Amino acid sequence: MRFWVIQSLNGLALGGLLFLLSSGFSLIFGLMRVANLSHGAYFMLGAYVGLSVLNAGYGFWTAVVAGALTIAILGGVIERVLLRRLAGRTFSQVLVTLGIAFIIADSSLLVWSGDPMPLPVPRGLMGAVPVFGVFFPKYRLAVVGISIVTAVALWALLERTRLGAMIRAGVDDMEMARALGIPVPRLFTAVFCLGAALAGMGGVLGGPILSVYPGLDMDMLPLALIVLILGGPGSLPGAFAGSFFIGFLYTFGQALFPQLAYVILFLPMVAALVLRPKGLFGARAA
Amino acid sequence: MIRVLLVAAFSLLLLAPALSPSDFYVNVATQILIAAIFALSLNLLVGYGGLISLGHAVYLGVSAYLTIWLVTRAGLSHLPAAVAAVVLTTAMSLLFGILALRATGLGFLMITLALGQILWGLAYRWVSVTGGDNGLSGFQRPQPFGIDLASPRTFYLMTVAVFACAFVLIAVLVRSTFGAGLRGVRDQPRRMQALGWHVWMVRLVAFVAAGFWGAVAGVLYAYYNQFVSPHVLALTNSAEALLMVIAGGAGTLLGPVVGAVVVVMLKNVVSAYVTRWVMLLGLVFVAIVAFMPEGLVPGIDRLRRRRRPAGTT
Repeated sequence: MRFWVIQSLNGLALGGLLFLLSSGFSLIFGLMRVANLSHGAYFMLGAYVGLSVLNAGYGFWTAVVAGALTIAILGGVIERVLLRRLAGRTFSQVLVTLGIAFIIADSSLLVWSGDPMPLPVPRGLMGAVPVFGVFFPKYRLAVVGISIVTAVALWALLERTRLGAMIRAGVDDMEMARALGIPVPRLFTAVFCLGAALAGMGGVLGGPILSVYPGLDMDMLPLALIVLILGGPGSLPGAFAGSFFIGFLYTFGQALFPQLAYVILFLPMVAALVLRPKGLFGARAA
Repeated sequence: MIRVLLVAAFSLLLLAPALSPSDFYVNVATQILIAAIFALSLNLLVGYGGLISLGHAVYLGVSAYLTIWLVTRAGLSHLPAAVAAVVLTTAMSLLFGILALRATGLGFLMITLALGQILWGLAYRWVSVTGGDNGLSGFQRPQPFGIDLASPRTFYLMTVAVFACAFVLIAVLVRSTFGAGLRGVRDQPRRMQALGWHVWMVRLVAFVAAGFWGAVAGVLYAYYNQFVSPHVLALTNSAEALLMVIAGGAGTLLGPVVGAVVVVMLKNVVSAYVTRWVMLLGLVFVAIVAFMPEGLVPGIDRLRRRRRPAGTT
């Protein structure tokens, strides 16, 4: 019983982190038709930036903001300078993001060396609280809370604001959105920055749980891909449900069959592709 | 006449490294040919099929793992192990093809990438079978009919033989009716369907053919390195192959070979001076994709055509 409660809570925490990673990935894909293969690298770089800010003596939340902002700016520059030049050439865009992922990964190795480094838990969230009769780290609960707040905020942004309406219009029918005078290029930059910021923030928040190490990027990227395949591109509810589902599955998989955890991820992907290639919530196929 | 001369020059070029006094150049040439077979196999999908795969390292990697595992852990002798590795890997490519071809375009790319990453993670973590990060070692090259493949020159000549077979058979395949159908499906899937072609099946056959030649390259890789680790399944390996195809010129026969020469030479030269190969790979990727998307071979072709006076073509 204890095992199941603790692992379920761990699954929730991982699901929360995955949502931060894959909501941006899914929005970018849904709107721009760019599979941003540097998204895992953004997550890792965010964590490294957070680590450096913490080492410089600033607080944890400053590190979260710094991680998110740095990655947002980086994403904005990449979108403006590289992806825009290649507008309309989908595969070139995807391959460029892959090249950038390699550049970020190798530069991080150069700057932060190859040792895994955990980020410290913020002081106010140290220790554990009793949940369903077991003691559970406060920080992981906070991560779940933050991801749910982020999900609600994103939902409100998409469903209740003018910007959100424009983004939804762009996801549904780009040509028509353009024809109606929606400034699509600016929308692209905004969504790309937003997605990058969420990934950077996720990286710092994930630091105390996952630590940060070379290869974190390539550990996270397939998870984001599978969430997208399960949830359908451009769908926030899809990303939300998919993230928590994969969070649970991966956590239990690692606890029960540590050597085969990755194969367990394979099963829902196969099932989704065979039964519903559009994704659980998606309007169209990836 | 010109064709005969070209083939002769090509053969001389292939055999020249065997005369080199230094083992280093023989080994680099061997690496180039293995990479070229691998790139040729990927080109079937990327160049002729228009299906961009980011998980092609799977077929080379799984085949290499199987070759070594079957000999060192299961106690098979070399020939049955190599045959089993190619057969099993090709069967896996059939399964993966059925899955990945649920989509085309970006969906196909993402599914192949996810499948590749899952196998990479498996190779890392399934320590009891794959040896984890340490990989599988203790493998030695065979001595068929008393020929000692442990010598770099002999092994190079065997690689040349396999490469020549692969090149000719792939050339025959892409020039066959099936090859024409595959290019048709790439450019005009709907029209091809209207003409009675089974679009999905054409793509699947191309996928399996690519898996088969990838597996052949994997057996050679295992023999060459006599060692295999999860690195062979990493995304960088799939990306390197894709870079060879794109840099050389996708959808041309010589393109992937030229690409393999360029990428393997670059990798060897760079590794001799600095350890930043992955960063350079990323930079070259961005540069090629952004500034020279059609690749070297079509680019040179175009230059050559421009030289000719107008009206003579």
